[in-house]
Amino acid sequence: MISLERIKQDKYEIVIGIETHVELLTKTKIFCNCSTQFGGKPNSQCCPICTGMPGALPMLNEKVLEKAIKLAIALNCKVSNISRFDRKNYSYPDLPKSYQISQLYMPIGRNGYLEINNINKNRIGIHEIHMEEDAGKLIHEDVNTLIDYNRAGVPLIEIVSEPDISSSKEAVEYLEQLRYLLIDLGISDCKMQEGSFRADINLSVREIESEKLGIRTEMKNLNSFKAVEDAIEYESNRQIAVIENGGSIIQETRRWDDNLKKSISMRVKEESNDYRYFPDPDLPPIIISETFINNIESNLPELRDEKINRYCNTWGIPLCEAEIIVSEKNLAKLFEETVKITNMAKEVSNWIIMDTMRVLKDKKIHINDIKLRPENLAKLIIMIKDGKINSTIAKEVFDAIFDTNLDPVVYVKENDLIIVENKEILREKINAIIEENPQSVEDYKNGKKKVITYLIGKTMKVMAGQADPKKTSEIIKEILEQL
Amino acid sequence: MNDILKMSATDISRLIKDRKIKVEELIQIQFKRIKQVEPNINSFISTNEEKAMIKAREVQELIDQGQLRNSNIVGIPIAIKDNICTKGIITSAASKTLSNYKPIYDATVINKLNDAGAIIIGKTNLDEFAMGGSTTTSYYGASRNPVNNDYITGGSSGGSAAAIAADQTFLSLATDTGGSIRQPASYCGVVGLKPSYGRVSRYGMIPFASSLDQIGTITKNVSDTVALFDAIYGNDGKDSNMITNQTFSMNKALASDIKGLRIGIPIEFMDEGLDQEIRDKVNDSVEVLQERGAIVEEFHLDILNYIKPVYYIIACAESSSNMGKFDGIRYGKDLANGEDLGLEVKLRTLFGIYVLTKDNYYQIYEQALKVRRLIKNNIDNAFTKYDVLIGPTVPNIVPNFREFEKDPYNINTSTKYTAAANLAGIPAISIPCGIDRRGLPIGLQIMGKSFCEEDVLRVAYTYEQAIKKNR
Repeated sequence: MISLERIKQDKYEIVIGIETHVELLTKTKIFCNCSTQFGGKPNSQCCPICTGMPGALPMLNEKVLEKAIKLAIALNCKVSNISRFDRKNYSYPDLPKSYQISQLYMPIGRNGYLEINNINKNRIGIHEIHMEEDAGKLIHEDVNTLIDYNRAGVPLIEIVSEPDISSSKEAVEYLEQLRYLLIDLGISDCKMQEGSFRADINLSVREIESEKLGIRTEMKNLNSFKAVEDAIEYESNRQIAVIENGGSIIQETRRWDDNLKKSISMRVKEESNDYRYFPDPDLPPIIISETFINNIESNLPELRDEKINRYCNTWGIPLCEAEIIVSEKNLAKLFEETVKITNMAKEVSNWIIMDTMRVLKDKKIHINDIKLRPENLAKLIIMIKDGKINSTIAKEVFDAIFDTNLDPVVYVKENDLIIVENKEILREKINAIIEENPQSVEDYKNGKKKVITYLIGKTMKVMAGQADPKKTSEIIKEILEQL
Repeated sequence: MNDILKMSATDISRLIKDRKIKVEELIQIQFKRIKQVEPNINSFISTNEEKAMIKAREVQELIDQGQLRNSNIVGIPIAIKDNICTKGIITSAASKTLSNYKPIYDATVINKLNDAGAIIIGKTNLDEFAMGGSTTTSYYGASRNPVNNDYITGGSSGGSAAAIAADQTFLSLATDTGGSIRQPASYCGVVGLKPSYGRVSRYGMIPFASSLDQIGTITKNVSDTVALFDAIYGNDGKDSNMITNQTFSMNKALASDIKGLRIGIPIEFMDEGLDQEIRDKVNDSVEVLQERGAIVEEFHLDILNYIKPVYYIIACAESSSNMGKFDGIRYGKDLANGEDLGLEVKLRTLFGIYVLTKDNYYQIYEQALKVRRLIKNNIDNAFTKYDVLIGPTVPNIVPNFREFEKDPYNINTSTKYTAAANLAGIPAISIPCGIDRRGLPIGLQIMGKSFCEEDVLRVAYTYEQAIKKNR
């Protein structure tokens, strides 16, 4: 029997489009002045506008528009010169007005792309991005369902990709890249667990080289990148199995159950699902001038890819290291500021890639809680360069100062770790060692230069690691030559 | 006592500021009158004498302290159409659905009235959710025309118009989506102004059709209209469709001088379908204005024939969405039987849903938006030649209840002349210009350029003064 895995690889390709909903980091809601803070007492952050009381009217929060334009530019979209809000009419208890203010006919940005791989420069098309308001939250109790409207009216941006994604790996890369971008731009904190970054996966399969797209399903409730990966694997296998068994896929919305590791049908999309979209007469069209767009564009912060390029090209950091450093704001900051002081990018990079990551893991410290200041990391690196400590001791010092942020210079002094620089003391000790090891003198004279390494080791042991390896090696050679 | 009630609001307000009349006394007189005639007219859904008296005492205190000198409506009783939100006071929109609804906030216009020291005395009757032209679809029963109780008041602001005509109040606020201020003002023989779209904040008005709705005024005469409009216009930062810097000059509006003013009369307004008596009265009025130095010209505005269908498509589409929340879950409670809403509201909602469905959106709704744009362009174009446009407010004379019940949808034809101003967003006023063979009032409509209320009011004021003299 041929395995499903083989059939999947040889016969089918997967077609994925992703709709991502992102909650914006604005202080107030999209159409009123209520706070957007997460976790407030239920219904403590609402007003006639966001609860849709009769007669209340929306006023667009300009910060939302600004952030949406920022994202549109960063995603290489065409920013609309005229954009408009539309009403999406549907009746659901979490939707106080019985319609959601969204954008359908004239979204803020269209036809963009996101590069998901720094080597291949693989582009995923962005169909459109649009602004909309979030709904309230239903809280199901035993008998009753309660509604918390604190989230109603929280600004969202929806990013709709083209169906350009063909594997779970690519999907995760796309989402990771998008997440970096949103965080870098200060648009969202992208906390998947709190729901501020939600991805719905549209997936279909088709036989390779088939022109026609297969029937797709939409998957919701994906709370982590791992869940996205698992869900895509599961759903593509499910669809292929259905087709292989002579069945056909039905268009439906499925809910991912992360405990069961499977998707479950939520509702079948009916043909007649009609939201009766029309332009919201309460909100006039938004006219966006070129100057406004240019102004936002010129104030965009440095994005991840630009940063990586700068690290690689200006500072000579290998791509794989640069990618790790820029993956977290804190690492990038520690890196850049330390390089500014020391001008030793490669060394700094090594400390971050190797040692910082190691200590974080060992001590179970979160990246955001790094205490080590760039000045102190710089001092440590300079002490090594000046030969005041060797790399073994440096690691010890690093571990000690990492979560205390002690001054490494002070630490080294107090703990008596500075390398013995006095040549006379060193020579005395080495003489003694050589006297104790006559065999090594014989070996050296017979051409076995390796004994030098052996003797350095011995010396280090006697000196408790505090000898300067370079000087030690010089003195040993000197003595052996004289004998 | 009733002499006071016949006076104009601005005159009374002057007497109040000069402390010749006490606000409380005036309110007491007013309520006496309300009670006396209300059984015949039914213009109010609710009144609140107690609250009005408390407010009257507060305002009197301020007047005694020498405050509120700049307000022209200080101490004046005002009735509010019951689709404008008043904090803590039931705002029903004349619907069973909202018969227990107490808003937790005041509409912007209410705040402005309170600031000006006006005294809110009650909430007036209307067609349910302002959908209609008769004030007969109200959950609280029909209002009756004060001129003759056998006749309808028109609508939807029939309560506000009747209350003015019956001297139950000096001032009233109303709303106009396709003629809901001007048509009942015409039927009841009073002055009704629909300002330009975006002139008066809609914040707190229970919407019918958001892109057409406008809060306006119904009063006894033009100078009261000017005073009330002056108190309520202007950007409040809560209605996105408002323009930031707005000005209005009461002096320009009340200048009795129209020498050289260019008046256009759309021939389609005076065409077939118009009652001959109304045509005659409008022509008489135009003559009066001509005598005062206006230059009058007839012209074609073909696009007027499309007004009715376009109006109904857009108004019902928007209202079907606005009505979504009145579903028996969020507001109202009779979801199962659907008896919370009246037939007219249901019909319009269904029609609105129909024109917005995916298949119909491009075929019907978007086409209507295009024709609306065309209508607006045509009207704007007319204003390159004329300062104001004049015609009748309605094509038919006021029907009595029997006539109305026989053919209730005939009333919708009255939208023909009025809805143009809503579709184009321009200001329009209806002022009395005579009475018909049955003794019921006839209205003259004057429309102006967007945000040029001053022109419209000046023409209305000039006409009013001229008629007074002729009498």
